[in-house]
Amino acid sequence: MTKPLSTAAIFKGVVARDIRLAWSQGGTGTMALSFFLIAVTLFPFGVGPETEILARIAAGVIWVVALLACLLSLDRLFQADYEDGSLDDLALSPLGLVGIAFAKITAHWCATILPLIVVAPLLALLLNLPSGAYQFLVLSLLIGSPALSLLGAIGAALTVSVRRGGVLMSLLVLPLYIPTLIFGVGAVDAASMMGNPLPHLALLGAVSLLSLLIAPFAAAGALRLALE
Amino acid sequence: MVFEGLHFAVGPGDYLHLKGKNGSGKSTLLRLVAGLLPAYSGTLTWGDSDIAGAAAARSEDMIYSGHQHGLKPVLTLRENMKSLYQLMTGLHLDDETLEVSAEGFGLLRLVDQPLKYFSSGQTHRAALLRFLLLDRPIWLMDEPTVGLDSENRARLEAFMQAHLDGGGMIIAASHDPIGLLGRSLDLDGFKASKVHLEQWL
Repeated sequence: MTKPLSTAAIFKGVVARDIRLAWSQGGTGTMALSFFLIAVTLFPFGVGPETEILARIAAGVIWVVALLACLLSLDRLFQADYEDGSLDDLALSPLGLVGIAFAKITAHWCATILPLIVVAPLLALLLNLPSGAYQFLVLSLLIGSPALSLLGAIGAALTVSVRRGGVLMSLLVLPLYIPTLIFGVGAVDAASMMGNPLPHLALLGAVSLLSLLIAPFAAAGALRLALE
Repeated sequence: MVFEGLHFAVGPGDYLHLKGKNGSGKSTLLRLVAGLLPAYSGTLTWGDSDIAGAAAARSEDMIYSGHQHGLKPVLTLRENMKSLYQLMTGLHLDDETLEVSAEGFGLLRLVDQPLKYFSSGQTHRAALLRFLLLDRPIWLMDEPTVGLDSENRARLEAFMQAHLDGGGMIIAASHDPIGLLGRSLDLDGFKASKVHLEQWL
């Protein structure tokens, strides 16, 4: 094997494969998006149609439900590959397990989280979000949501060999989501109450960058344990 | 510990048949060689270099196929093989190579069918296709003949023989004898004398 190996091509291949699987039959992409749409729509029925109350809780509702939708899809992030044996193949790829974990996290964000961000303004309209806050809702989700995929991947990798490990994973992952949730909602609230959202966005970005440093290595380590 | 005191070497053109009862460690040994498991003690060398713990460097020289086939039921055989090929080499698999290899296992007419419509024997043949697509010297095969009819067993044996004739190496774990000349290693003789229960509660 003297040909130089293109790790970038392998990385792209894994991302493309996972996005395709997420949106094929039984994939997590459709599931997370429908859950997000339905769960947010339930709030006006539950809370009542008073526009001031809905406007006050809009950012929090959208962020919390996006977080739960993400959690719902993380269950299958590595488990599907573990069950059908393709995790063995992924682990033996010349890309290495850290690269594989990062590729799968990237694919998860693109296939599952990005569609949620696209429909978020529509749901914000339903919840009567103040008009000045829309761009900050989208921006806060764009900056903060990578941390959801990254931190979630650690939990998914740790529980990969546990049957019905979804609940255990929630217990592991949800506490880690708290900083992202606080700063994400804080940014939108600041924007809708004429405050300054930038400090919140900066902290949100910091959480995402920190997760980016840790998560691929932590997830790869957990997956290596699961293969034993 | 599963086994101890085990020593073997495999050179170009060698076929090593791993035998032993259920639970004797055939699959464990294959996964160890593939780099999926760490060894508690002992060394593993490829050429002159110690390769224990260097899975990524080694994986360019070997193909492993385990109990589970690692194929996605919603994707077609073509898509499955293309994504596997890209995962292992970073290169694009051309259709002609794929079709020639698929014909070798009688799967050509199924190449655009999703795997979920395959019978278990067909799925197993689809999993074996990787050995024809990837050009690597070491083949690690875990139960390669399970679920194959006599015609496909003969095909598989012919492919394995051709690989050995070309200077390749095969380590296969199997309960059935495979019609190839080679050495066989019975793992029942290397059972670990001590069982380290405390490590696993």
